[in-house]
Amino acid sequence: MTLSPRNTLSLSRADRQLAAVLRLCALLAVVVVLLILLFLFGESWPILSHVPVWRFLSDDSWHPGQALYDMSPMLTATVLSSAGALLLAVPLGIASALFSSYYASPGLAAVYRRLIELLAGIPSVVYGFWGLTTLAPLLGQWHPPGVSLLSATLVLALMVLPTVALTAEAALLAVPQHYYRCAAALGLSRWSSLVGVVLPAARTGIIAGALLAAARAIGETMAVLMVAGNVVQMPHSLFDSVRTLTANIALEMAYAMGDHRAALFVSGLALMVLVLALVGLADAYKGQAAHD
Amino acid sequence: MNPFLLDSELPADPNSAEAQQNAYTLGPIQAGPACCEPTPLISVEALSLSYAGKPALSDISLDIYQGCITALIGPSGCGKTSFLSALNRLTDLIPGCRVSGRIHYKSRDIHATGQDVQGLRRDIGMIFQKPTPFPLSIRRNIELPLREHGMRHAADLEQRVQQVLQDVGLWAEVKDRLDAPAQALSGGQQQRLCIARALALQPKVLLMDEPCSALDPLSSGVVEDLIQSLRGRYTVVIVTHNLAQARRIANYAGFFWVGEQAGCLVEFGRCRQIFETPRHELTAAYVNGARG
Repeated sequence: MTLSPRNTLSLSRADRQLAAVLRLCALLAVVVVLLILLFLFGESWPILSHVPVWRFLSDDSWHPGQALYDMSPMLTATVLSSAGALLLAVPLGIASALFSSYYASPGLAAVYRRLIELLAGIPSVVYGFWGLTTLAPLLGQWHPPGVSLLSATLVLALMVLPTVALTAEAALLAVPQHYYRCAAALGLSRWSSLVGVVLPAARTGIIAGALLAAARAIGETMAVLMVAGNVVQMPHSLFDSVRTLTANIALEMAYAMGDHRAALFVSGLALMVLVLALVGLADAYKGQAAHD
Repeated sequence: MNPFLLDSELPADPNSAEAQQNAYTLGPIQAGPACCEPTPLISVEALSLSYAGKPALSDISLDIYQGCITALIGPSGCGKTSFLSALNRLTDLIPGCRVSGRIHYKSRDIHATGQDVQGLRRDIGMIFQKPTPFPLSIRRNIELPLREHGMRHAADLEQRVQQVLQDVGLWAEVKDRLDAPAQALSGGQQQRLCIARALALQPKVLLMDEPCSALDPLSSGVVEDLIQSLRGRYTVVIVTHNLAQARRIANYAGFFWVGEQAGCLVEFGRCRQIFETPRHELTAAYVNGARG
């Protein structure tokens, strides 16, 4: 006989009521996600029905008024700024987690952790303010115009750093203390114990955190809009102004009509697909790691 | 010359009859000097140990003899594991742990300032109750500490991995899947891998903290045979709750008991004497199963 809550526990009345409420909540969450997808499809249908999908990547430019819908510069900007942000934030975040869980004294680690949590709680628009008034002018002195792919990447990196640091620390704490003791008993130094044993053991959690951070970076709108310069162009260097997909939606939604409006919903759909792909990747990775 | 290689590590012929044997066979462990020449290798004098001010061990003095198996017996909570950890300074990892008294190894006090702790732990290895293969491949598990201690050449590493896996009788079972994850091995195999990992560093002393208690009787027997075979070449200190096992394998035995405040050593002597003609009535009661 297989064991399941159904034949090992007889549910009391209160349990049954709770189960019903929980089931309803779970159903609600699923329905909301499905409805959002449906809504995105519905709103983008007016254009998808007569413009083939490949034109969104191969048109000559983004001029929705003239029925030109090339989103590839904006898609590139989104992907590049998010990837760059991860490239900076992941090593720093892991280093930060290692510092607070294995190198700092308990008192210092507690203060440090509070600071990182505070960093996580700063509203994105405040990061945007800082980027606009401090970072971009500074970069502008070095290489004008300042508002660029580079400034967007840096601000995004700062924003997702706490996400990476906190999830990496949680993953490190979940590694049994025993591994570290065992590594020390083999005469490994602290650094080699961490790199050789503890980090590989925490790998799954760290990667899951990085993907979460990636999803956050892709979806970020306000801060990027304030520092990226918002010129629709394929970036040729880090110092070029760019416009991300999210910024494009925020900038044009107010006056978009007809096919233009529907095209913006298509870009929203593209973002959603990008994030779903990331989540799928994370799941596939976790599944694979579980079989290791 | 590679300082790691011994005469016994001449390349073994993989097609020899010995290597073809599929059953549990011990590899060519070098015969050591006859055991029980009572030459002290480690001398413990008046060792006391406390955790955050709470005493755990008080005033332990005993000698660990070279090439012999010394069993430490006694009820749980009497400080046997703490005693073992003090012998290779793993107590350093526990916050608030204070050790006083002297432990002489190679004619110096291992708790003296300036002691090379990594080198000490390389000389005095430790096996834990719970088999703890790192989340790496079987091969990497053994190579990691070797690399840390300066062995770089692939051929040397390869040879040492094979050597120690033969020593613990695991070679025939895993030679075709050295790059498979170590955590996929069975409990008994994992524990033998941990012993192989410790042996790879060519320690002088092996500390074993209930190495068989997490294993099924069959695997436990295999590991016990293995420990027997280490006699002579290595000095073994083993904590065990299995009195019959202690009696079977040990040359010397120490009986620990919970004293008025902390654990203390009641009696230490030749294994036979402890089990057959104990001097102390507590020992007699414990080994005969009347107490504890």
